[in-house]
Amino acid sequence: MKYKSNLERVLVENNFAVTAEVGPPKGADADKVRVKGEILKGYADAFNVTDNQTAVVRLSSLAGSVILLNMGLEPIMQVACRDRNRIAIQSDVLGAASLGIRNILFITGDHQSFGNHPGAKGVYDLDSIQLIKVVKDMRDNGVFQSGDKIVAGKPDVFIGGVANPFAEPYEFRVDRLEMKINAGVDFIQTQSVFNLERFNIWMDEVRGRGLDKRVHILAGVTPLKSLKMTERMKFHVPGVDVPDDVYFRMKKAEDPQIEGFKIALELIDEIKKIKGVHGVHITALFWEEVIPRLVKESNFLPRP
Amino acid sequence: MIVTKQKELDYLLKSIANKPVFIIGCSECATLCHTGGEEEVVAMKKILEEKDIKVTGWVILEPACHLQNNKRILRGYKEEIKDADKILVLACGNGVQAVSEVLEDKDVISGTDTLFLGEIKHLGDFERRCDLCGDCIQDLFFGLCPIARCPKHMLNGPCGGSRNGKCEVYHDMDCVWDLIIKKMQRRGELDRLKRIRMAKDWSKSNEMQVVL
Ligand code: SF4
Ligand code: SF4
Repeated sequence: MKYKSNLERVLVENNFAVTAEVGPPKGADADKVRVKGEILKGYADAFNVTDNQTAVVRLSSLAGSVILLNMGLEPIMQVACRDRNRIAIQSDVLGAASLGIRNILFITGDHQSFGNHPGAKGVYDLDSIQLIKVVKDMRDNGVFQSGDKIVAGKPDVFIGGVANPFAEPYEFRVDRLEMKINAGVDFIQTQSVFNLERFNIWMDEVRGRGLDKRVHILAGVTPLKSLKMTERMKFHVPGVDVPDDVYFRMKKAEDPQIEGFKIALELIDEIKKIKGVHGVHITALFWEEVIPRLVKESNFLPRP
Repeated sequence: MIVTKQKELDYLLKSIANKPVFIIGCSECATLCHTGGEEEVVAMKKILEEKDIKVTGWVILEPACHLQNNKRILRGYKEEIKDADKILVLACGNGVQAVSEVLEDKDVISGTDTLFLGEIKHLGDFERRCDLCGDCIQDLFFGLCPIARCPKHMLNGPCGGSRNGKCEVYHDMDCVWDLIIKKMQRRGELDRLKRIRMAKDWSKSNEMQVVL
């Protein structure tokens, strides 16, 4: 079988996949991306490049992805619905594919009012599920959203999406995942897992419906760097569930960095045992240098 | 005024699916637009009955966007509403939701498409005037709104596509920039338009709730 990307190969060959996040800089300095790429090279199968995450302007995910590609790292380009309409996004998908980007992950995106340009007009022409369907049709059927034919090369990309097992109302979370699968998503990265109990409830239902057989699920892991970050995630970031025991461990810790690392290791250990989870997606905001150690101590090396 | 247009009958029939219907109209905008006044509600009743659909009753709310008023008025139609499976609302999108908030367990069908905030030019002839952007900048444009009336929302002069004063996108619509420029020319104040207007603050267009 010919694989669209390394990430697809790793997953289809039944390896436990590792992906990691690379946040692009607030500026045009490509070296900022390269330095992160150097640190992470060899420690994950593919690397997410975020798209103006939290609605803060940064170097574009397309450019960041190409920088990584040129270093021999496989990017997962993220695309948010917040800033572009269907014309721009379809064009970017073609452009990315033409430059050799083989994984693209689609999200609706954080609202612009949370970022550093709250006066911006939000676009939200499509939502993430609609967009996944649009790109699947481009790839598999060679048509644009309008029904027009693609005349010079379909974008052969591995399609990603996200899922949040911790968002309310819980009753609809697995349904929404199923909708994404029906729309055509190939792999899913979840919101960072801190609450294993809730994650397990979600996974039980995912398996119960056989959804783990229809999509590759990568569980999100975020090593907590400090108490301040823990508090921000617990109390202020919507959709993140940091349970009290994790919070108190961080609060009581002599060295929060060591404790945060330990918690992440333990979480990965537990996640590995959950049936139907096909990998982890590690996000270490402004702490990329911790990822190699985390990957090593989780016995994920060498990468397949 | 909120300008609405009645939906195609076929679409409504599909939503109604031959179930008994109670029809609701609105005394204000939808009456002025002739989409949901008494005349249109009675006409709709007749059309549905000709299709063998049972109409259990009808009422005109005053106006449909007034939640407390709706609760009071609809209390007087308990039986008619109980007998209906579907509630067809001939009012704007707000009216539909103010009804669905009262009639929790009924299928509420919106009978119109809500188009824009606009003015009546002539009977049955409406033009878009405001997009509810939350940060009115008409003072910069002498009482003409290039957000609502220019398809490209141009804030620093015309796009270059207008011909004979008409918009390049909609040929029977005046180019609002042509109007703005002609107005300033008449007043001999064209210079005032030369100042560059910076990126607009759209944050207030996201305003979701206001308590005055
Ligand atoms: S500037 Fe905004 S508020 Fe004022 S008329 Fe135009 S759209 Fe409406
Ligand atoms: S022709 Fe006038 S109204 Fe139409 S898009 Fe151009 S500037 Fe705007």
